[in-house]
Amino acid sequence: MTLLFDKHAKPSIQEVMESGTFLVTGEIGPPKGTDIDAMIHHIDLLKDKVHAMNITDNQSSVMRYPSLGTALIILERGGEPNLQVTCRDRNRLAIEADLLFAYTRGVRSVLCLTGDSIPVGDHKEAKGVFDCESVQLLQLISNLEEGKDSGGNELQGGVKFYKGAIVTPEADPIEPQMLKFEKKIEAGAQWFQTQAVYDMDNFKRFMERARKINDKVKICAGLVLLTSMGAIRYMNANVPGVFVPDHLVQEMADAPKGEALNTGIRIMARQIRQCIDEKLCDGVHIMAIGKEDVVPRILEEAGVDITKM
Amino acid sequence: MIITTSKPFEEVLKELEGQDKVFIVGCGSCATTCETGGEKEVAEMKARLEAEGKTVTGTVVYEEVCHELNTKRKFRENKEAVEAAEGFLVMCCGAGTQSVREATDKDVHPACDTVFLGNILRQGQFVEKCSLCGDCVLEDFGAICPVTRCHKGILNGPCGGTDGGKCETDREKDCGWTLIYNQLEKLGKLDRFKRIYGLKNWQASMKPGRVIFEKKGEGGE
Repeated sequence: MTLLFDKHAKPSIQEVMESGTFLVTGEIGPPKGTDIDAMIHHIDLLKDKVHAMNITDNQSSVMRYPSLGTALIILERGGEPNLQVTCRDRNRLAIEADLLFAYTRGVRSVLCLTGDSIPVGDHKEAKGVFDCESVQLLQLISNLEEGKDSGGNELQGGVKFYKGAIVTPEADPIEPQMLKFEKKIEAGAQWFQTQAVYDMDNFKRFMERARKINDKVKICAGLVLLTSMGAIRYMNANVPGVFVPDHLVQEMADAPKGEALNTGIRIMARQIRQCIDEKLCDGVHIMAIGKEDVVPRILEEAGVDITKM
Repeated sequence: MIITTSKPFEEVLKELEGQDKVFIVGCGSCATTCETGGEKEVAEMKARLEAEGKTVTGTVVYEEVCHELNTKRKFRENKEAVEAAEGFLVMCCGAGTQSVREATDKDVHPACDTVFLGNILRQGQFVEKCSLCGDCVLEDFGAICPVTRCHKGILNGPCGGTDGGKCETDREKDCGWTLIYNQLEKLGKLDRFKRIYGLKNWQASMKPGRVIFEKKGEGGE
């Protein structure tokens, strides 16, 4: 089979993971519009600093430049994309077709999400599709890999992806979340990125639970950069499944004027170091949310250089 | 119970623009319970329209406006007032309004928005628990419907947006999956939670729905 893209500049996420290397990924948030200069700048800045970059798919139900298009740009620029696919905006036909295309264009890793609800975004009157959801999406991809679409029809050429999924360590209650984690593995998930974690003690407890369920599946801690007290207040009040514990709130509050971002960088660097030193998980996923410029500094402070791992 | 809400009166007036003679239809079933189209609301509408200079040629409130034969019968019974009207204002659900559509060739106007198939909590309080998907899954989820009570209709467990057992879309609403988990746990049936549900057949009740039962007693009984 001829693939339109088969000259990857970087190893795949699966190759990194299976070599036992601690995975470091970043995130690219596509812009609202066609002015993609800043996004390309961020891609170029991160492509050699992280193993791969997630591309969000109309994140927070806000319409943006597409994740699939951005994945191709990342490949063109010599980086490795991790394509996020949500079920909110496309039905099973559209998702399958996109995945066939993605595969032929060199996308090797897909992160399967249900997607945020429509009302949290900027197209509040749109119809939420949710023809399938994360577990079914994982199953759907597993079927595509076996040469069948979800209608049971044979494909002329299937796909092969490293299938990723999300788990939320701060979910309340946690029990159903862990059962769903188990189902995602059964449906084909090979690796996980977590929703944002700040409370490392809770994250340790979560990892113990997760390892008891399955000690083979790879798990990367999702870390979101703290940038200001306002952002913390907003997250604690409005972002479900995200909780910034008191001692970090205090550390940010104690930061001298103009030092909030630097404090956030220091906190994340410390968390990355802890994940590596205490072997808490298999990697970290860094979400700088608009502050991608500082990711190299975070990694430097953490003493992480992927070329030497 | 079909839950309806009243359209703003200004909107109703706009619908009736250019039609001075109006016949009002109310429903003795759901719209009476919802207080959107019972005897009382129809009388109030009549008074408000007359205050705006309209002539109300007649009003009728009866059980099940959605019953098309019955609606035609009611129109025959009110022949004079019906014939005098230029337009019909229907104060019940979309099914009732379209039942009136079948009974006349004149203009038919909805006075309500039809919002969902609802359960009654108490007077004036309704919640949606069934979305008429045509392929009932209640047996597998402790008789709590994930298609309806999870905002995203997820069939395999809660999303990351659940927060203290509440939904990310509205903290006044319970997370359907937390309810299902608690119920299945209580029943000792968490194995059902663990089972993966494949893609749902969303065409089980293909639009527009149509069910024709064979007449009982025919062909064998």
